[in-house]
Amino acid sequence: MPIEPIIKVLFIIIVMVVGIAPVITWIERKQSAVMQDRIGANRADLGGITLLGLLHPAADVIKLMTKEDVVPDGANRVMHLLSPLIAAVPAIIAFVVIPYGGVYQFGDTTISLVGADIDWGLLYIFVIGSIAAYGTILAGWSSNNNWSMLGGLRASAQMISYEVVMGLTVVGVFMVFETLRLTDMALAQDSSFRIFGFLNLYFGMDGWLIEHLRLPAWGIFYQPLGFLMFLTAIMAENKRPPFDIPEGESEIIAGYHLEYSGMRFGLFFMSEFIGIIIIAALTATIFLGGWTFPWWSTAEIIDLISTFMGVGFATGLCMLIHFSMFMLKVFFMIWVQMLLRWSLPRFRYDQVMSLCWKILLPLSIANIFVTGLVLLLVNG
Amino acid sequence: MTVETILFYLFGILAVVSALGMVLNTRNMVASAMSLVVTMISLGAIYLLLEAYLVSALQIMVYGGAIVVVFLFVVMLLNLSTDELPPGKLRFAKIAFVIAGVAILSQVLIALGQDPLLTAQPEAVPEGFGGYRQLGIALYTDYVLLVEMTSLLLLAAIVGALILAKRKID
Repeated sequence: MPIEPIIKVLFIIIVMVVGIAPVITWIERKQSAVMQDRIGANRADLGGITLLGLLHPAADVIKLMTKEDVVPDGANRVMHLLSPLIAAVPAIIAFVVIPYGGVYQFGDTTISLVGADIDWGLLYIFVIGSIAAYGTILAGWSSNNNWSMLGGLRASAQMISYEVVMGLTVVGVFMVFETLRLTDMALAQDSSFRIFGFLNLYFGMDGWLIEHLRLPAWGIFYQPLGFLMFLTAIMAENKRPPFDIPEGESEIIAGYHLEYSGMRFGLFFMSEFIGIIIIAALTATIFLGGWTFPWWSTAEIIDLISTFMGVGFATGLCMLIHFSMFMLKVFFMIWVQMLLRWSLPRFRYDQVMSLCWKILLPLSIANIFVTGLVLLLVNG
Repeated sequence: MTVETILFYLFGILAVVSALGMVLNTRNMVASAMSLVVTMISLGAIYLLLEAYLVSALQIMVYGGAIVVVFLFVVMLLNLSTDELPPGKLRFAKIAFVIAGVAILSQVLIALGQDPLLTAQPEAVPEGFGGYRQLGIALYTDYVLLVEMTSLLLLAAIVGALILAKRKID
Protein backbone atom coordinates (compact mmCIF):
# COMPACT_ATOMS: atom_id res chain seq x y z
CA MET A 1 0.00 0.00 0.00
CA PRO A 2 1.59 3.28 -1.04
CA ILE A 3 1.64 5.52 2.00
CA GLU A 4 2.76 8.76 0.31
CA PRO A 5 -0.46 9.69 -1.57
CA ILE A 6 -2.53 8.93 1.53
CA ILE A 7 -0.45 11.34 3.59
CA LYS A 8 -0.75 14.02 0.91
CA VAL A 9 -4.53 13.58 0.63
CA LEU A 10 -4.99 13.60 4.40
CA PHE A 11 -2.79 16.69 4.69
CA ILE A 12 -4.82 18.80 2.27
CA ILE A 13 -8.16 17.60 3.68
CA ILE A 14 -7.12 18.26 7.27
CA VAL A 15 -5.71 21.70 6.46
CA MET A 16 -8.70 22.73 4.37
CA VAL A 17 -11.60 21.13 6.21
CA VAL A 18 -10.51 20.90 9.83
CA GLY A 19 -8.17 23.89 9.72
CA ILE A 20 -9.88 26.53 7.60
CA ALA A 21 -13.59 25.67 7.73
CA PRO A 22 -14.09 26.74 11.38
CA VAL A 23 -12.05 29.89 10.75
CA ILE A 24 -14.36 30.78 7.87
CA THR A 25 -17.41 30.81 10.12
CA TRP A 26 -15.47 33.29 12.25
CA ILE A 27 -14.48 35.36 9.20
CA GLU A 28 -18.11 35.41 8.07
CA ARG A 29 -19.35 36.63 11.45
CA LYS A 30 -16.62 39.22 11.81
CA GLN A 31 -16.94 40.49 8.24
CA SER A 32 -20.71 40.83 8.48
CA ALA A 33 -20.22 42.66 11.78
CA VAL A 34 -17.75 45.08 10.25
CA MET A 35 -19.93 45.66 7.21
CA GLN A 36 -23.05 46.19 9.30
CA ASP A 37 -21.28 48.41 11.86
CA ARG A 38 -21.62 45.93 14.73
CA ILE A 39 -19.03 44.72 17.22
CA GLY A 40 -19.60 41.13 16.21
CA ALA A 41 -19.07 37.71 17.63
CA ASN A 42 -17.35 38.13 20.98
CA ARG A 43 -19.60 36.45 23.55
CA ALA A 44 -18.20 32.91 23.66
CA ASP A 45 -15.55 33.12 26.34
CA LEU A 46 -13.50 30.69 28.35
CA GLY A 47 -12.75 32.29 31.70
CA GLY A 48 -12.81 35.80 30.24
CA ILE A 49 -10.71 34.92 27.18
CA THR A 50 -12.64 35.49 23.95
CA LEU A 51 -9.78 35.44 21.40
CA LEU A 52 -11.68 38.03 19.31
CA GLY A 53 -14.57 35.59 18.93
CA LEU A 54 -12.43 32.71 17.72
CA LEU A 55 -14.05 30.48 20.33
CA HIS A 56 -17.39 30.71 18.53
CA PRO A 57 -16.68 27.83 16.10
CA ALA A 58 -16.03 25.57 19.12
CA ALA A 59 -19.27 26.74 20.72
CA ASP A 60 -21.08 26.02 17.43
CA VAL A 61 -19.79 22.47 17.36
CA ILE A 62 -20.77 21.79 20.98
CA LYS A 63 -24.25 23.21 20.36
CA LEU A 64 -24.81 21.26 17.14
CA MET A 65 -23.48 18.00 18.60
CA THR A 66 -25.63 18.10 21.73
CA LYS A 67 -28.90 19.08 20.04
CA GLU A 68 -31.59 16.50 19.42
CA ASP A 69 -31.55 14.90 15.97
CA VAL A 70 -35.19 15.07 14.89
CA VAL A 71 -36.66 13.06 12.03
CA PRO A 72 -40.12 14.49 11.26
CA ASP A 73 -43.25 12.32 11.08
CA GLY A 74 -43.94 10.93 7.62
CA ALA A 75 -40.41 11.58 6.48
CA ASN A 76 -38.53 9.00 4.48
CA ARG A 77 -36.23 8.03 7.32
CA VAL A 78 -33.35 6.47 5.36
CA MET A 79 -33.07 9.32 2.87
CA HIS A 80 -33.56 11.93 5.56
CA LEU A 81 -30.60 10.51 7.46
CA LEU A 82 -28.46 9.92 4.36
CA SER A 83 -28.85 13.20 2.47
CA PRO A 84 -26.62 15.37 4.74
CA LEU A 85 -23.86 12.84 4.11
CA ILE A 86 -24.44 12.93 0.34
CA ALA A 87 -24.06 16.70 0.54
CA ALA A 88 -20.98 16.79 2.79
CA VAL A 89 -18.79 13.88 1.64
CA PRO A 90 -18.33 14.98 -2.02
CA ALA A 91 -17.49 18.48 -0.79
CA ILE A 92 -14.67 17.03 1.31
CA ILE A 93 -13.17 14.62 -1.23
CA ALA A 94 -13.05 17.24 -4.00
CA PHE A 95 -9.80 18.57 -2.44
CA VAL A 96 -7.91 15.46 -3.51
CA VAL A 97 -6.96 16.88 -6.93
CA ILE A 98 -6.07 20.44 -5.89
CA PRO A 99 -2.31 21.07 -6.11
CA TYR A 100 -0.93 23.03 -3.17
CA GLY A 101 2.65 23.14 -4.39
CA GLY A 102 4.80 22.27 -7.39
CA VAL A 103 7.30 19.51 -7.96
CA TYR A 104 10.52 19.74 -5.94
CA GLN A 105 13.80 17.89 -6.39
CA PHE A 106 15.70 16.98 -3.22
CA GLY A 107 18.75 15.07 -4.42
CA ASP A 108 17.26 11.80 -5.65
CA THR A 109 13.79 12.17 -4.18
CA THR A 110 11.08 14.10 -5.95
CA ILE A 111 8.22 15.59 -3.98
CA SER A 112 5.05 16.82 -5.66
CA LEU A 113 2.50 18.54 -3.48
CA VAL A 114 -0.80 17.21 -4.77
CA GLY A 115 -3.04 14.40 -3.51
CA ALA A 116 -3.95 12.75 -6.81
CA ASP A 117 -2.38 14.07 -10.00
CA ILE A 118 -5.01 12.84 -12.45
CA ASP A 119 -5.25 13.77 -16.11
CA TRP A 120 -8.86 14.97 -15.91
CA GLY A 121 -8.50 16.80 -12.60
CA LEU A 122 -10.94 19.59 -13.32
CA LEU A 123 -13.55 17.17 -14.67
CA TYR A 124 -13.20 15.18 -11.44
CA ILE A 125 -14.35 18.20 -9.46
CA PHE A 126 -17.35 18.67 -11.76
CA VAL A 127 -18.20 14.97 -11.41
CA ILE A 128 -18.02 15.20 -7.63
CA GLY A 129 -20.12 18.37 -7.69
CA SER A 130 -22.84 16.75 -9.77
CA ILE A 131 -23.21 14.01 -7.15
CA ALA A 132 -23.34 16.54 -4.30
CA ALA A 133 -26.54 18.03 -5.79
CA TYR A 134 -28.45 14.93 -4.68
CA GLY A 135 -27.85 15.75 -1.02
CA THR A 136 -29.83 18.96 -1.34
CA ILE A 137 -32.57 17.56 -3.56
CA LEU A 138 -33.17 14.48 -1.42
CA ALA A 139 -33.11 16.51 1.79
CA GLY A 140 -35.95 18.60 0.40
CA TRP A 141 -37.92 15.61 -0.80
CA SER A 142 -37.47 13.33 2.22
CA SER A 143 -38.51 15.87 4.86
CA ASN A 144 -42.26 15.59 4.09
CA ASN A 145 -42.66 19.35 4.25
CA ASN A 146 -43.97 21.57 1.48
CA TRP A 147 -41.37 24.27 2.03
CA SER A 148 -38.59 21.71 1.98
CA MET A 149 -40.04 20.20 -1.18
CA LEU A 150 -40.07 23.59 -2.89
CA GLY A 151 -36.48 24.09 -1.77
CA GLY A 152 -35.50 20.72 -3.20
CA LEU A 153 -37.21 21.50 -6.51
CA ARG A 154 -35.52 24.87 -6.74
CA ALA A 155 -32.19 23.27 -5.90
CA SER A 156 -32.51 20.66 -8.62
CA ALA A 157 -33.33 23.27 -11.26
CA GLN A 158 -30.68 25.73 -10.15
CA MET A 159 -27.86 23.26 -9.69
CA ILE A 160 -28.39 21.49 -13.00
CA SER A 161 -28.54 24.79 -14.88
CA TYR A 162 -25.39 26.19 -13.37
CA GLU A 163 -23.53 22.90 -13.78
CA VAL A 164 -23.90 23.26 -17.55
CA VAL A 165 -22.73 26.86 -17.57
CA MET A 166 -19.90 26.23 -15.10
CA GLY A 167 -18.40 23.68 -17.47
CA LEU A 168 -18.67 26.00 -20.46
CA THR A 169 -17.11 29.01 -18.69
CA VAL A 170 -13.80 27.22 -18.12
CA VAL A 171 -13.48 25.83 -21.65
CA GLY A 172 -11.55 29.01 -22.55
CA VAL A 173 -9.03 28.14 -19.84
CA PHE A 174 -8.64 24.60 -21.19
CA MET A 175 -7.90 26.12 -24.59
CA VAL A 176 -5.28 28.56 -23.25
CA PHE A 177 -3.43 26.03 -21.08
CA GLU A 178 -4.20 23.03 -23.33
CA THR A 179 -4.80 20.75 -20.37
CA LEU A 180 -7.36 19.61 -17.82
CA ARG A 181 -4.72 18.50 -15.32
CA LEU A 182 -4.72 21.00 -12.46
CA THR A 183 -1.00 20.57 -11.70
CA ASP A 184 -0.12 21.36 -15.34
CA MET A 185 -2.44 24.35 -15.24
CA ALA A 186 -0.68 25.75 -12.17
CA LEU A 187 2.72 25.02 -13.71
CA ALA A 188 1.76 26.86 -16.91
CA GLN A 189 1.14 29.96 -14.79
CA ASP A 190 4.60 29.75 -13.21
CA SER A 191 6.01 32.48 -15.47
CA SER A 192 5.19 35.95 -16.72
CA PHE A 193 4.32 37.50 -20.06
CA ARG A 194 5.06 40.88 -21.66
CA ILE A 195 1.98 43.11 -21.69
CA PHE A 196 3.07 44.80 -24.92
CA GLY A 197 4.72 41.69 -26.34
CA PHE A 198 2.54 41.96 -29.46
CA LEU A 199 4.27 45.26 -30.36
CA ASN A 200 7.52 43.36 -30.49
CA LEU A 201 6.05 40.36 -32.30
CA TYR A 202 4.09 42.13 -35.01
CA PHE A 203 5.71 45.56 -35.35
CA GLY A 204 9.29 44.71 -34.39
CA MET A 205 9.36 47.40 -31.72
CA ASP A 206 11.91 47.03 -28.95
CA GLY A 207 12.64 48.72 -25.69
CA TRP A 208 13.15 48.40 -21.96
CA LEU A 209 9.47 48.98 -21.18
CA ILE A 210 8.24 46.37 -23.64
CA GLU A 211 10.67 43.83 -22.20
CA HIS A 212 10.10 44.59 -18.52
CA LEU A 213 6.42 45.55 -18.26
CA ARG A 214 5.23 42.09 -17.37
CA LEU A 215 2.21 40.42 -15.83
CA PRO A 216 2.25 36.99 -14.18
CA ALA A 217 0.94 34.42 -16.68
CA TRP A 218 -2.23 33.83 -14.67
CA GLY A 219 -5.49 32.58 -16.07
CA ILE A 220 -7.29 35.72 -14.94
CA PHE A 221 -5.20 37.85 -17.34
CA TYR A 222 -5.84 35.47 -20.26
CA GLN A 223 -9.50 34.89 -19.43
CA PRO A 224 -10.89 37.87 -17.46
CA LEU A 225 -14.46 37.25 -18.63
CA GLY A 226 -14.05 33.54 -18.01
CA PHE A 227 -12.95 34.30 -14.44
CA LEU A 228 -15.99 36.46 -13.71
CA MET A 229 -18.42 33.99 -15.25
CA PHE A 230 -16.82 30.96 -13.59
CA LEU A 231 -16.91 32.66 -10.19
CA THR A 232 -20.58 33.57 -10.70
CA ALA A 233 -21.55 30.08 -11.84
CA ILE A 234 -19.66 28.19 -9.15
CA MET A 235 -20.95 30.52 -6.42
CA ALA A 236 -24.48 29.87 -7.66
CA GLU A 237 -23.69 26.15 -7.57
CA ASN A 238 -22.71 26.50 -3.91
CA LYS A 239 -26.13 28.17 -3.32
CA ARG A 240 -25.04 30.73 -0.78
CA PRO A 241 -26.46 34.26 -0.86
CA PRO A 242 -27.02 36.04 -3.24
CA PHE A 243 -27.93 32.72 -4.90
CA ASP A 244 -29.60 31.09 -1.87
CA ILE A 245 -32.74 30.21 -3.82
CA PRO A 246 -33.11 26.67 -2.38
CA GLU A 247 -32.99 28.13 1.14
CA GLY A 248 -34.87 31.36 0.51
CA GLU A 249 -35.46 32.35 4.14
CA SER A 250 -37.94 35.06 3.17
CA GLU A 251 -40.05 32.82 0.92
CA ILE A 252 -39.70 29.17 1.92
CA ILE A 253 -38.35 29.60 5.47
CA ALA A 254 -35.17 27.54 5.20
CA GLY A 255 -35.96 25.39 2.18
CA TYR A 256 -34.34 22.02 1.95
CA HIS A 257 -32.81 21.93 5.45
CA LEU A 258 -35.89 23.24 7.25
CA GLU A 259 -36.58 19.91 8.97
CA TYR A 260 -32.99 19.25 9.98
CA SER A 261 -31.58 19.80 13.43
CA GLY A 262 -28.41 19.12 15.34
CA MET A 263 -25.35 17.86 13.54
CA ARG A 264 -27.30 16.84 10.43
CA PHE A 265 -28.13 20.48 9.89
CA GLY A 266 -24.50 21.12 10.80
CA LEU A 267 -23.39 18.92 7.90
CA PHE A 268 -25.35 21.04 5.40
CA PHE A 269 -23.95 24.15 7.04
CA MET A 270 -20.45 22.68 6.86
CA SER A 271 -20.77 21.54 3.25
CA GLU A 272 -21.57 25.11 2.20
CA PHE A 273 -18.53 26.43 4.04
CA ILE A 274 -16.32 23.69 2.59
CA GLY A 275 -17.80 24.68 -0.77
CA ILE A 276 -16.46 28.19 -0.20
CA ILE A 277 -12.98 26.77 0.35
CA ILE A 278 -13.20 24.58 -2.77
CA ILE A 279 -14.31 27.57 -4.85
CA ALA A 280 -11.43 29.59 -3.43
CA ALA A 281 -8.87 26.83 -4.02
CA LEU A 282 -10.17 26.09 -7.51
CA THR A 283 -10.31 29.69 -8.73
CA ALA A 284 -6.91 30.30 -7.15
CA THR A 285 -5.50 27.31 -9.03
CA ILE A 286 -7.11 27.99 -12.39
CA PHE A 287 -7.11 31.78 -12.52
CA LEU A 288 -4.72 33.13 -9.88
CA GLY A 289 -1.70 30.97 -10.58
CA GLY A 290 -2.23 28.41 -7.81
CA TRP A 291 0.90 28.00 -5.73
CA THR A 292 3.10 30.12 -8.05
CA PHE A 293 4.76 33.30 -6.89
CA PRO A 294 3.89 36.28 -9.14
CA TRP A 295 6.74 37.37 -11.46
CA TRP A 296 9.18 34.86 -9.91
CA SER A 297 9.27 31.38 -11.38
CA THR A 298 10.31 28.37 -9.28
CA ALA A 299 13.78 28.21 -10.84
CA GLU A 300 14.36 31.92 -10.25
CA ILE A 301 13.36 31.69 -6.57
CA ILE A 302 15.61 28.67 -5.97
CA ASP A 303 18.50 30.38 -7.80
CA LEU A 304 18.10 33.53 -5.73
CA ILE A 305 17.95 31.72 -2.36
CA SER A 306 20.73 29.29 -3.20
CA THR A 307 23.17 32.19 -3.61
CA PHE A 308 22.89 32.54 0.18
CA MET A 309 22.55 28.89 1.25
CA GLY A 310 22.48 25.31 0.05
CA VAL A 311 20.31 24.17 -2.85
CA GLY A 312 18.42 21.64 -0.72
CA PHE A 313 17.52 24.29 1.84
CA ALA A 314 16.60 26.71 -0.94
CA THR A 315 14.25 24.14 -2.47
CA GLY A 316 12.63 23.53 0.91
CA LEU A 317 12.19 27.25 1.47
CA CYS A 318 10.74 27.61 -2.03
CA MET A 319 8.27 24.84 -1.23
CA LEU A 320 7.22 26.71 1.90
CA ILE A 321 6.90 29.99 -0.02
CA HIS A 322 4.75 28.30 -2.65
CA PHE A 323 2.46 26.71 -0.07
CA SER A 324 2.07 30.04 1.76
CA MET A 325 1.33 31.73 -1.57
CA PHE A 326 -1.38 29.17 -2.29
CA MET A 327 -2.95 29.67 1.13
CA LEU A 328 -2.77 33.44 0.70
CA LYS A 329 -4.66 33.21 -2.59
CA VAL A 330 -7.20 30.83 -1.05
CA PHE A 331 -7.85 33.28 1.76
CA PHE A 332 -8.09 36.15 -0.72
CA MET A 333 -10.77 34.31 -2.71
CA ILE A 334 -12.61 33.42 0.52
CA TRP A 335 -12.59 37.11 1.42
CA VAL A 336 -13.91 38.04 -2.04
CA GLN A 337 -16.79 35.59 -1.63
CA MET A 338 -17.61 36.93 1.84
CA LEU A 339 -17.56 40.45 0.49
CA LEU A 340 -19.98 39.52 -2.30
CA ARG A 341 -22.21 37.60 0.10
CA TRP A 342 -22.62 40.56 2.45
CA SER A 343 -22.86 43.33 -0.15
CA LEU A 344 -25.21 41.96 -2.83
CA PRO A 345 -28.97 41.66 -2.32
CA ARG A 346 -30.30 38.20 -3.07
CA PHE A 347 -31.70 37.31 -6.49
CA ARG A 348 -35.26 36.29 -7.19
CA TYR A 349 -35.72 32.75 -8.54
CA ASP A 350 -36.50 33.80 -12.11
CA GLN A 351 -33.57 36.24 -12.08
CA VAL A 352 -31.20 33.43 -11.10
CA MET A 353 -32.45 31.24 -13.92
CA SER A 354 -32.41 33.96 -16.58
CA LEU A 355 -28.92 35.02 -15.49
CA CYS A 356 -27.83 31.45 -16.14
CA TRP A 357 -29.55 30.71 -19.45
CA LYS A 358 -29.84 34.15 -21.01
CA ILE A 359 -26.61 35.85 -19.95
CA LEU A 360 -23.96 33.36 -18.81
CA LEU A 361 -24.63 30.68 -21.42
CA PRO A 362 -24.42 32.90 -24.55
CA LEU A 363 -21.50 34.86 -23.07
CA SER A 364 -19.53 31.74 -22.28
CA ILE A 365 -20.06 30.38 -25.80
CA ALA A 366 -18.94 33.75 -27.20
CA ASN A 367 -15.93 33.57 -24.90
CA ILE A 368 -15.00 30.15 -26.29
CA PHE A 369 -15.33 31.45 -29.85
CA VAL A 370 -13.23 34.58 -29.24
CA THR A 371 -10.59 32.59 -27.34
CA GLY A 372 -10.31 30.16 -30.23
CA LEU A 373 -10.02 33.01 -32.72
CA VAL A 374 -7.26 34.75 -30.71
CA LEU A 375 -5.36 31.50 -30.18
CA LEU A 376 -5.54 30.84 -33.91
CA LEU A 377 -4.16 34.31 -34.67
CA VAL A 378 -1.37 34.09 -32.07
CA ASN A 379 -0.25 30.52 -32.75
CA GLY A 380 -0.77 30.78 -36.51
CA MET B 1 -7.01 -11.64 -7.17
CA THR B 2 -5.86 -8.13 -7.81
CA VAL B 3 -7.42 -5.01 -6.37
CA GLU B 4 -8.85 -4.25 -9.81
CA THR B 5 -10.63 -7.61 -9.98
CA ILE B 6 -12.12 -7.17 -6.52
CA LEU B 7 -13.28 -3.65 -7.38
CA PHE B 8 -14.69 -4.87 -10.69
CA TYR B 9 -16.81 -7.52 -9.00
CA LEU B 10 -17.82 -5.11 -6.25
CA PHE B 11 -19.07 -2.46 -8.68
CA GLY B 12 -20.50 -5.06 -11.06
CA ILE B 13 -22.63 -6.56 -8.29
CA LEU B 14 -23.58 -3.08 -7.08
CA ALA B 15 -24.64 -2.09 -10.60
CA VAL B 16 -26.81 -5.20 -11.06
CA VAL B 17 -28.37 -5.03 -7.59
CA SER B 18 -29.20 -1.33 -7.85
CA ALA B 19 -30.55 -1.78 -11.38
CA LEU B 20 -32.85 -4.53 -10.09
CA GLY B 21 -33.75 -2.28 -7.17
CA MET B 22 -34.71 0.47 -9.58
CA VAL B 23 -37.00 -1.76 -11.65
CA LEU B 24 -38.56 -3.84 -8.86
CA ASN B 25 -39.28 -0.91 -6.56
CA THR B 26 -42.60 0.36 -7.88
CA ARG B 27 -43.77 2.01 -4.66
CA ASN B 28 -41.25 4.81 -4.34
CA MET B 29 -40.18 6.57 -7.50
CA VAL B 30 -37.53 8.71 -5.84
CA ALA B 31 -35.88 5.61 -4.41
CA SER B 32 -35.99 4.10 -7.90
CA ALA B 33 -34.30 7.17 -9.34
CA MET B 34 -31.61 7.02 -6.65
CA SER B 35 -31.03 3.34 -7.46
CA LEU B 36 -30.49 4.44 -11.05
CA VAL B 37 -27.88 6.91 -9.81
CA VAL B 38 -26.07 4.11 -7.97
CA THR B 39 -26.15 2.00 -11.15
CA MET B 40 -24.70 4.85 -13.19
CA ILE B 41 -21.94 5.54 -10.66
CA SER B 42 -21.06 1.82 -10.52
CA LEU B 43 -20.85 1.74 -14.33
CA GLY B 44 -18.66 4.87 -14.15
CA ALA B 45 -16.38 3.07 -11.70
CA ILE B 46 -16.16 0.06 -14.05
CA TYR B 47 -15.21 2.36 -16.95
CA LEU B 48 -12.56 3.83 -14.66
CA LEU B 49 -11.15 0.34 -14.05
CA LEU B 50 -10.98 -0.06 -17.86
CA GLU B 51 -8.94 3.18 -18.02
CA ALA B 52 -11.67 4.95 -20.01
CA TYR B 53 -11.35 8.07 -17.88
CA LEU B 54 -13.34 10.54 -19.95
CA VAL B 55 -16.19 8.09 -20.57
CA SER B 56 -16.27 7.39 -16.84
CA ALA B 57 -16.41 11.09 -15.97
CA LEU B 58 -19.15 11.74 -18.54
CA GLN B 59 -21.08 8.67 -17.39
CA ILE B 60 -21.25 9.96 -13.82
CA MET B 61 -21.64 13.64 -14.70
CA VAL B 62 -24.23 13.36 -17.48
CA TYR B 63 -26.14 10.17 -16.66
CA GLY B 64 -25.58 9.96 -12.91
CA GLY B 65 -25.79 13.70 -12.39
CA ALA B 66 -27.75 15.69 -14.93
CA ILE B 67 -30.26 13.24 -16.40
CA VAL B 68 -31.42 11.67 -13.16
CA VAL B 69 -31.68 15.12 -11.57
CA VAL B 70 -34.17 15.97 -14.33
CA PHE B 71 -36.02 12.70 -13.62
CA LEU B 72 -36.14 13.62 -9.94
CA PHE B 73 -37.36 17.10 -10.81
CA VAL B 74 -40.30 15.66 -12.73
CA VAL B 75 -41.04 12.99 -10.11
CA MET B 76 -41.00 15.57 -7.32
CA LEU B 77 -43.08 18.02 -9.35
CA LEU B 78 -45.78 15.40 -9.92
CA ASN B 79 -45.34 14.06 -6.38
CA LEU B 80 -47.55 11.02 -6.92
CA SER B 81 -48.45 9.21 -3.73
CA THR B 82 -48.65 5.42 -3.70
CA ASP B 83 -52.46 5.28 -3.82
CA GLU B 84 -52.53 7.31 -7.01
CA LEU B 85 -50.66 4.57 -8.83
CA PRO B 86 -52.80 1.92 -10.56
CA PRO B 87 -53.28 -1.00 -8.15
CA GLY B 88 -53.26 -4.69 -8.94
CA LYS B 89 -51.43 -4.60 -12.21
CA LEU B 90 -48.15 -3.91 -10.43
CA ARG B 91 -47.79 -7.46 -9.21
CA PHE B 92 -48.12 -8.85 -12.73
CA ALA B 93 -45.73 -6.19 -13.94
CA LYS B 94 -43.20 -7.31 -11.34
CA ILE B 95 -43.51 -10.95 -12.38
CA ALA B 96 -43.19 -9.96 -16.03
CA PHE B 97 -40.11 -7.88 -15.25
CA VAL B 98 -38.48 -10.77 -13.38
CA ILE B 99 -39.19 -13.21 -16.21
CA ALA B 100 -37.87 -10.78 -18.82
CA GLY B 101 -34.80 -10.07 -16.70
CA VAL B 102 -34.01 -13.76 -16.18
CA ALA B 103 -34.48 -14.41 -19.90
CA ILE B 104 -32.11 -11.58 -20.89
CA LEU B 105 -29.59 -12.56 -18.23
CA SER B 106 -29.50 -16.19 -19.36
CA GLN B 107 -29.08 -15.06 -22.98
CA VAL B 108 -26.17 -12.85 -21.95
CA LEU B 109 -24.56 -15.65 -19.95
CA ILE B 110 -24.92 -18.11 -22.84
CA ALA B 111 -23.46 -15.57 -25.26
CA LEU B 112 -20.59 -14.86 -22.88
CA GLY B 113 -19.80 -18.55 -22.56
CA GLN B 114 -19.35 -18.86 -26.32
CA ASP B 115 -17.55 -15.63 -26.84
CA PRO B 116 -13.84 -15.85 -27.66
CA LEU B 117 -13.45 -12.50 -25.85
CA LEU B 118 -13.73 -14.31 -22.54
CA THR B 119 -10.63 -16.39 -23.23
CA ALA B 120 -8.68 -13.62 -24.94
CA GLN B 121 -5.57 -12.32 -23.20
CA PRO B 122 -5.73 -8.67 -22.12
CA GLU B 123 -3.41 -6.31 -23.95
CA ALA B 124 -1.74 -3.20 -22.58
CA VAL B 125 -3.57 -0.04 -23.60
CA PRO B 126 -1.63 2.55 -25.62
CA GLU B 127 -0.34 5.73 -23.96
CA GLY B 128 -3.06 8.26 -23.25
CA PHE B 129 -5.86 5.80 -23.99
CA GLY B 130 -9.28 6.99 -22.92
CA GLY B 131 -8.16 10.53 -22.29
CA TYR B 132 -10.02 13.60 -23.49
CA ARG B 133 -7.30 14.26 -26.10
CA GLN B 134 -7.66 10.92 -27.88
CA LEU B 135 -11.44 10.95 -27.68
CA GLY B 136 -11.60 14.53 -28.94
CA ILE B 137 -9.29 13.83 -31.87
CA ALA B 138 -11.27 10.73 -32.80
CA LEU B 139 -14.60 12.57 -32.55
CA TYR B 140 -13.50 15.55 -34.61
CA THR B 141 -11.61 13.69 -37.33
CA ASP B 142 -12.94 10.17 -37.98
CA TYR B 143 -16.46 10.64 -36.63
CA VAL B 144 -17.04 14.33 -37.36
CA LEU B 145 -20.06 13.61 -39.57
CA LEU B 146 -21.74 11.61 -36.82
CA VAL B 147 -21.01 14.36 -34.28
CA GLU B 148 -22.56 16.97 -36.56
CA MET B 149 -25.58 14.80 -37.26
CA THR B 150 -26.09 14.24 -33.52
CA SER B 151 -25.86 17.96 -32.88
CA LEU B 152 -28.46 18.54 -35.61
CA LEU B 153 -30.73 15.99 -33.96
CA LEU B 154 -30.32 17.72 -30.61
CA LEU B 155 -31.03 21.09 -32.20
CA ALA B 156 -34.23 19.69 -33.69
CA ALA B 157 -35.20 18.34 -30.26
CA ILE B 158 -34.56 21.73 -28.64
CA VAL B 159 -36.65 23.54 -31.25
CA GLY B 160 -39.42 20.97 -30.83
CA ALA B 161 -39.42 21.40 -27.05
CA LEU B 162 -39.51 25.18 -27.48
CA ILE B 163 -42.51 24.99 -29.81
CA LEU B 164 -44.38 22.68 -27.42
CA ALA B 165 -43.65 24.94 -24.46
CA LYS B 166 -44.56 28.10 -26.37
CA ARG B 167 -47.92 26.71 -27.44
CA LYS B 168 -48.77 26.13 -23.77
CA ILE B 169 -47.83 29.69 -22.84
CA ASP B 170 -49.69 31.28 -25.76
